[in-house]
Amino acid sequence: MIAHKYGDHVDTDVIIPARYLASQDEKELASHCMEDIDKDFHKKVTNGDIIVAGLNFGCGSSREHAPVAIKASGISCVIAKSFARIFYRNAINIGLAILECPEAAEDISDGDKVSVNFDTGIITNETKNKTYHAEPFPEFIKQMIDDGGLMASLRKKKNG
Amino acid sequence: MGMTMTQKILAKHAGLPEVHAGQLIQARLDLVLGNDITSPVAINEFNAAGFDEVFDKSKIVMVMDHFTPNKDIKSATQCKQCRTFAKRFGLEHFYDVGTMGIEHALLPEQGLVAPGEAIIGADSHTCTYGAVNAFSTGVGSTDMGAAMSAGYTWFKVPAAIRVNITGKKRPYVSGKDVILYLIGKIGVDGALYKSLEFSGEGLKELTISDRLTIANMAIEAGAKNGIFPVDDITREFLKGRVSREWTAYDPDPDAEYESEIAINLDDVDCTVSYPHLPENAKPAREGKNIAIDQIVIGSCTNGRIDDLKAAAEIMKGRHLADGVRGIIIPATQTVYREAIKLGYVDVFLDAGCVVSTPTCGPCLGGHMGVLAAGEKCVSTTNRNFVGRMGHVDSEVYLASPAVAAASGIAGHIAHPEEVM
Ligand code: SF4
Repeated sequence: MIAHKYGDHVDTDVIIPARYLASQDEKELASHCMEDIDKDFHKKVTNGDIIVAGLNFGCGSSREHAPVAIKASGISCVIAKSFARIFYRNAINIGLAILECPEAAEDISDGDKVSVNFDTGIITNETKNKTYHAEPFPEFIKQMIDDGGLMASLRKKKNG
Repeated sequence: MGMTMTQKILAKHAGLPEVHAGQLIQARLDLVLGNDITSPVAINEFNAAGFDEVFDKSKIVMVMDHFTPNKDIKSATQCKQCRTFAKRFGLEHFYDVGTMGIEHALLPEQGLVAPGEAIIGADSHTCTYGAVNAFSTGVGSTDMGAAMSAGYTWFKVPAAIRVNITGKKRPYVSGKDVILYLIGKIGVDGALYKSLEFSGEGLKELTISDRLTIANMAIEAGAKNGIFPVDDITREFLKGRVSREWTAYDPDPDAEYESEIAINLDDVDCTVSYPHLPENAKPAREGKNIAIDQIVIGSCTNGRIDDLKAAAEIMKGRHLADGVRGIIIPATQTVYREAIKLGYVDVFLDAGCVVSTPTCGPCLGGHMGVLAAGEKCVSTTNRNFVGRMGHVDSEVYLASPAVAAASGIAGHIAHPEEVM
């Protein structure tokens, strides 16, 4: 999986510009994801890639479109030094995996090959031959992300 | 390692012996709250997910407070949607016009929140209930929709800051001055995502109203929640309101706090936060040069009977300055009735004010006192962001009821001593 690296304070306006918010279509949102910071993002990303960023990723408005756009682009995980609180909550609720790991966020370079083990929280940088440790998700969060988010997960439980 | 008050409540509700800051947990909820703006979105999510049951009809509260009595067709439609939902599921705590009050004043008053409970609300000032030692925090409408069905939600356990209060309150100083002073000290992101946990021998100086005001504005320092320990003042307030059993939580002696802030009440004078951030706190005595057009006394921050009392004591026998409009909004029906009985309403009417039925109204620029371009308002609400109370070129100055009343009489920002 290729890492796409950005700096600190990537805000939700950059992740998905407000001019596209009228759309609920995930594909459409994905095609404009990160457009104002990285015009070719949607062309560069292949399924399973990860985003690596600095401090306070996802700050700004509380729009759920932001994690939705990232997830629909095929990103399997966002690793950052820290996340904005509402983004953090929204990401987990819509089923986008996110890990706080300052060490990995600092060390990984754009284009590095990186893999993540969600059971152990171990992030492996295959390009640099290094590993970093994030706190792994507890079982119920892993399950929620696998199920596709909060609502999907509750629905699954209710339907047995 | 020891836990904070917040961490102990979360551990209990997660069924875990211990939790630590940063940990993701799933916690059982004692109450789920929504209002006339956020509930409709939550209801849509609830319906879209195909849920056909609520987890407990006695533990969901909906309060029609923001744009009520309905100010337009859209707000009427939203309330209707909530009403229909409440009826369908037999919600026991649906507060409509006639019984409603501003949610964060209403719930403590009605005994719906108690020490040690875990509460979420689709409204950012849900953090108010920390005043009575509950863990409570604001969430999004999706979270509310999910929680109405599940009865639990997930949290990231917060780290905490301890606020140690000492000293004695000066004349006219209230909880509002304390919290504005604190936010002025640490800034609007001074407690980002953390718990603000209050402690110290100075707490005995703070009434329940003071504490409710302080916890209410914890979010204005960026905090996830604010919380007080239980003492005799809390017990006295809960008596006759809360009949179910509750547990008080004190921090462990070795609880981990990221930092400690000391507040000596002797240093806190009446405080006003200037536009456009609550952190722009300045002494009320220095506001003489700011002429004002309106005062608003009300909201979930300062619409309780103690607040109206403080304002009435200053307005008694006095009149608003020429050109100043005074809008008084008791936060609940009970407060409203009491204000009539105690003669405060007469005082306000004699002073030239209007007294409204409970509503959020002007606090969020909804109705009942929206500002025009260039107008300045001293308000007992909690936010003074650009355009919060009307036009983007209007200005909101946050203050206590005593300062707002004094400013209305003086015609400019005033310390109560100036008019008394
Ligand atoms: S009074 Fe203001 S801050 Fe309080 S709940 Fe209503 S709109 Fe929100």
